[in-house]
Amino acid sequence: MKDNHYTSRLILNKVSHSYSGSPVLKNLSVVFNPGEFVALVGPSGCGKTTLLNLLSGYIMPVSRKVVREGIIRTIYQHDGLFPWLIVSENISMGLRPALTLSQRQQQLDELIVLIQLKGFEKHYPHQLSGGMRQRVELARALAGDSDILLMDEPFSSLDYQTRILMRRELVCLLEKRRKTVVFVTHDIEEAVLLADRILVLKDRPAYICLDLLINAPHPRALTDVTMIEAVKRILNELQPPDTGNHLNAAELQQSEFQQQFDVVMQLRV
Amino acid sequence: MRAAIHEKKVLPVQIKPLQTRKTVKYHNFILPVIVVFCLLFIWYILCVFHVFPAYALPSPGAVLKSLREELVAGRLVNDAIASLWRIAVGFVLAAGLGIPVGLWLGHHGFARKAFVPLLNFFRFLSPLAWIPFAILWFHIGDKPAIFLIFMASFFPLALSTMSSVANIPSIYFRVAHDYNYKSIEIITRVTLPAILPQIVTALRLSYGIAWVVIVAAEMVGCQDGLGYGIWEARNGLRLDIAVFYMIVIGALGMAIDRLFAQLTKLPNIRWGYER
Repeated sequence: MKDNHYTSRLILNKVSHSYSGSPVLKNLSVVFNPGEFVALVGPSGCGKTTLLNLLSGYIMPVSRKVVREGIIRTIYQHDGLFPWLIVSENISMGLRPALTLSQRQQQLDELIVLIQLKGFEKHYPHQLSGGMRQRVELARALAGDSDILLMDEPFSSLDYQTRILMRRELVCLLEKRRKTVVFVTHDIEEAVLLADRILVLKDRPAYICLDLLINAPHPRALTDVTMIEAVKRILNELQPPDTGNHLNAAELQQSEFQQQFDVVMQLRV
Repeated sequence: MRAAIHEKKVLPVQIKPLQTRKTVKYHNFILPVIVVFCLLFIWYILCVFHVFPAYALPSPGAVLKSLREELVAGRLVNDAIASLWRIAVGFVLAAGLGIPVGLWLGHHGFARKAFVPLLNFFRFLSPLAWIPFAILWFHIGDKPAIFLIFMASFFPLALSTMSSVANIPSIYFRVAHDYNYKSIEIITRVTLPAILPQIVTALRLSYGIAWVVIVAAEMVGCQDGLGYGIWEARNGLRLDIAVFYMIVIGALGMAIDRLFAQLTKLPNIRWGYER
């Protein structure tokens, strides 16, 4: 593995975007540092996916520009694999075309071992479970030494247990192959468990209301003090200031975390 | 303890489908055979009791006898080959033109808006309406029949190709963009494989229409073919011959459809039917 992520750059410089006149993002400036795992959280419809599409180059911003350098790959929520190709062919899509046949085969084998799907190379996507399919997507995105991974709620279509498993696997994979990751999710707990840095988006047009750095070793547990603190901060930021009703709901959630926290403390004692 | 009990419960469920699959295969064969024999029996009874006069409803025996005659004369094989040849040429022409036209329309919304009403108009226009023109333009022989086959299968093929292209999930094109596919690669490596299952279905359907049309097409302007055979049998008041021509047409149509159905079992196409 070569350390090429220092050559990659991903910068938003006062970027704005709108759909047919209605603004979605306004004056957004972010520098995604190489090798950093950034989670984008926020309520649905706040422009998270639009931001990701801007980063992937699928859409162009209305004003200013996005600096994109390095190989960027996107991992979709589901159905991103080509159903007419078998697992190994899907993964090979990502490999660099310049490789010789034996090099390709070697890298393919490495990736299949990495995602623990040995023996499933000849399967079609519809013959795999949802979790397996997401692992294949991950392998395809990792193939060919990509520098930046954009993940659009990659685990949201999975069941709860598989989701937890996949989070753990993602952390392991990234420890082996460090990449810049931009991870869109509406799941605050997921963001807190995975990310080095969390950007909280809110309102429309969206702006970044919180840029939170989490410096905690992996594996993390939701019951860790830092995690609880981080979730609290994010919820605080997202709670609507005006109506009392919403405030109560958010407060309730906070107090729930506090209770959880207390229980854990008691257990530790 | 509980987990062990649960596993025991699962075992018989796994075995059961194997048993039923065998019986399903057996049923698939035996049930239609029973139905066909019942029908033959009813036919036989109708003839024995002279419900219809013999010239209006030939008996199974008479049909068998004329089948032997025709096979000895070699006319049946000749007619079948003539019909299959016309179908093949007309159908290949329709597919060769209809599928590319459908691809083009599927990728270009503007063209779609312009041409779809016209295509729909011709799709609903029975190809038999073209018979007078077919004879005036192409005279007698293979050409008018081939023209009618083409008119019968081109429009449904073009339209269904177009709509399957237009319905390809956009995510595949986004993935193609991510992996830097060029425009030709998008056609060959995304569009075509993505619509292949629907293309096979469209081919089966339009082949069905073509096979129906060939009989009528050959009744005019042809000197041989299965449709012409029926026409000639009618002119000679030999309905026994007409009946076995009908049987041959139905059986041959079914057999070719089975061949198309085999295509759906190819691994590159099967995914479209199993999701």
